[in-house]
Amino acid sequence: MTLTRTLAGGAATLALTAGMALAEPALIYDLGGKFDKSFNEAAFGGASRWVTETGGTYKELEMQSEAQREQALRRLAETGSNPIVMTGFAFGDVLGQVAPDYPDTKFVIIDMVVEQPNVKSVVFAEEQGSYLVGMLAAMASKTDTVGFIGGMDIPLIRKFGCGYAQGVKAVKAEANVILNMTGTTPAAWNDPVKGGELAKSQKSQGADVIYAAAGGTGMGVLQAAADEGILSIGVDSNQNHLFPGKVLTSMVKRVDNTVFDAFTAGEAVEPGITMADLSNDGVAYALDDNNAALITPEMKAAVDEAAAKIKSGEIKVHDYMTDNTCPAASF
Amino acid sequence: MDLTTVLQILDSTIRLGTPLLLACLAGLFSERAGIFDIGLEGKMLAAAFLSAAAAFVTGDVWLGVAAGIFAALLMSAIHGLASITFRGNQLISGVAINFLASGLTVLLGQYWFALGGRTPSLTGDARFAPITLWGAEALREVPVIGPIYYELISGHTALVYVAVAMVPLSAWLLYRTRFGLRLRAVGENPAAVDTAGVSVVGIRFAAVAICGVLTGLAGAYLATGLSAGFVKEMTAGRGYIALAALIFAKWRPWYALGATMLFGFLEAISNRYQNIDLGGIVIPVQFMQALPYILTVVILAGFVGKATPPRAGGEPYVKER
Repeated sequence: MTLTRTLAGGAATLALTAGMALAEPALIYDLGGKFDKSFNEAAFGGASRWVTETGGTYKELEMQSEAQREQALRRLAETGSNPIVMTGFAFGDVLGQVAPDYPDTKFVIIDMVVEQPNVKSVVFAEEQGSYLVGMLAAMASKTDTVGFIGGMDIPLIRKFGCGYAQGVKAVKAEANVILNMTGTTPAAWNDPVKGGELAKSQKSQGADVIYAAAGGTGMGVLQAAADEGILSIGVDSNQNHLFPGKVLTSMVKRVDNTVFDAFTAGEAVEPGITMADLSNDGVAYALDDNNAALITPEMKAAVDEAAAKIKSGEIKVHDYMTDNTCPAASF
Repeated sequence: MDLTTVLQILDSTIRLGTPLLLACLAGLFSERAGIFDIGLEGKMLAAAFLSAAAAFVTGDVWLGVAAGIFAALLMSAIHGLASITFRGNQLISGVAINFLASGLTVLLGQYWFALGGRTPSLTGDARFAPITLWGAEALREVPVIGPIYYELISGHTALVYVAVAMVPLSAWLLYRTRFGLRLRAVGENPAAVDTAGVSVVGIRFAAVAICGVLTGLAGAYLATGLSAGFVKEMTAGRGYIALAALIFAKWRPWYALGATMLFGFLEAISNRYQNIDLGGIVIPVQFMQALPYILTVVILAGFVGKATPPRAGGEPYVKER
């Protein structure tokens, strides 16, 4: 009896160590925080899906300040996590320095290109998804004025705004697009008060559809739009459910799929640059029960047609980050 | 620029200036009594969180405000204990308050609501609704005065009127009452107050408590008046801007109203116009956002008048033996 228990215990220990030897994947969230209802939460969604489907475990870490990035990466690499997935452009510089020191560890960075032999870079064609929601905004607008509220003023967010403006102008060439940025510091990602105030300001200038690409600040935008009786557009995750019937659609970035795929591939992650765009469902506009009544069949048909043309290359949506200019809007 | 646009910007100024005004008056009481308080940000954050949490759970916004004041008072008590009773460094205690609030709000929020430190969105009675003042609808059609009354003065949430009422109240309390005289004296020369037989510790604690109540109102206004719920770090530096406004206002209540409304106005302008084109010269929005700080530095450097802080500010009072 005692013997079997010892044996069983030994076997259990063995199983545990065997499990430990297999590298755990790790996920690092950027400053917006794991539950930002947006970008980082999408990554968490992908990781959770991987856990339910495979029963595996992973490590996760939430950034609290800029200074933690390098330390966090090194800590996870040294404890044997593989692959290490990180969300956010801000990891770019740090990863460029850290990755060569851990040649056996695979890194996956989302929203930024880092050219190292052990790094997989996943970038999204946000301009394509934003173009589609821009078209929807223009078709839903009665005043021919629509708004865009970005978070921190960085090229990536201008890319959202630029794609959006192009989509709006594609439907209504003379429509007015009001562009605002919340701020120039990371605090701009978590300022719903200012987001709401910007939304009210845009509404008073005639905007009746407002696209928020601003992390936690977007919550304030969506709230203010719902209060003021105008429509809003969510970003990154499907945010249609936050204010049912008041959110026109959401520009969804399938960050969850990226994380899921990276976790599933494990150590065999293929380094290189991956472009997630309309053709591989990396970006999309969200359509569900919450906004079904807002999107008419004509609107859906027009947008789906444009999506097909973008995929075939017939419509080229300009990417702000290629040359830091935008044909449809000035920042 | 027409009247409607001007009114909309001024309307936004009042909304954005109100939390600054409350926080600025809070700092004024504390600093006039000789207790520097850079923990305004943390107190507002704690108040914003607990007011949103309580308003959501009870469904009553006024209970939320009470909870917010309670949270800020708790933070004030810690600050008072550290810097008055134990004579610790007031700046360090203030920094500690900021860190404590920043961490604790997210931790408790996650524990209670499991939304990552966010509280659920408030609806109905759990948030402040705009108040339409008497006669606003009737006067609306009257030229000039009608729109000004309807847009600008009427239609704000209750705490805005409370905040504005706090200005004359503070001025009266500080300059017309015995308590106010003692409070100001404690900040200038605590030894003299002590000689007169008045408790320096008692007055300072009272000042810190008033500071707690006012930051509590400011935080509650952010979470239940301006937005509908708490989001982590939602104060976004307003506590520091209020401190800048306090220096700008030279530690005076009526000046505080002017300073905070000026800062609110600058923010409203930068919200409305991304870049301002002044016939050839384009002022970028970043300049407008930095302007409150630039103005404060200008004031501190002594270019526009002189800002003299309370003489005994920052120093713990030690009785002579």
